Amino acid sequence: MKRLRYFIGLLGIVATLAAVLFLPVPSIVSWQSVYLGKIFFILVLCGVLCLWRLFLGPTPSDRAAALDILGILIIGFCAILGIPTGRDWYIDIAIAWALQSFISILALGKYLEGRRFDE
Amino acid sequence: MNEVIGTIFIAIGLAFDFFGCLGLLRFPDIYNRLHSSIKCVTMGTTSILFGLFIFKGFTPAGVKALLCIAFLLLTAPVSAHVLARSAHKSGVKLWGGSICDKYEEDKKAE
Repeated sequence: MKRLRYFIGLLGIVATLAAVLFLPVPSIVSWQSVYLGKIFFILVLCGVLCLWRLFLGPTPSDRAAALDILGILIIGFCAILGIPTGRDWYIDIAIAWALQSFISILALGKYLEGRRFDE
Repeated sequence: MNEVIGTIFIAIGLAFDFFGCLGLLRFPDIYNRLHSSIKCVTMGTTSILFGLFIFKGFTPAGVKALLCIAFLLLTAPVSAHVLARSAHKSGVKLWGGSICDKYEEDKKAE
């Protein structure tokens, strides 16, 4: 029964990815926006998986890890968004997000460990 | 040619991101989850940023992408180590199938 559940879940994931990546779309929009839509679908799917772990997570450390990975996904999102628009300031947002994500994870780790902030 | 190579790097990064997040959702334990999900940083997002660098060349945006890669490669292992250490110190139990726990032995020996 457990194997059957795993198999159904795997089949669902593979079918979703194959449908998004390989099915032809109507040629109303340009090919670049089709390509971008496929990329952003995968990134948003990863974000939804992280949010689900953030919602489930039995311990606070799980939630902190999921939040860290969500920030990392947003850095990738900003980096990809810089290519089709041709605007260079998206990568500035990515660098700033990396900096503040690192600092906030350090502070969260220190708090979860049970130490004071001014040690 | 640059666009093809950059697209291949971005596709590799997206695959690593997806499987890392799948591991974050499916693994049984915080330590296993960290082991899986840091692959999102060191291969996933780094590969996406390297694809951006190949697209842009040595323009200011491309050099900023290289800078961001260096920063991520320096800080992601540190943040994973901090999270695992704080989880262990705050008393999160290991998964039942884990073999050994060296950090606990070290803490008892002190």
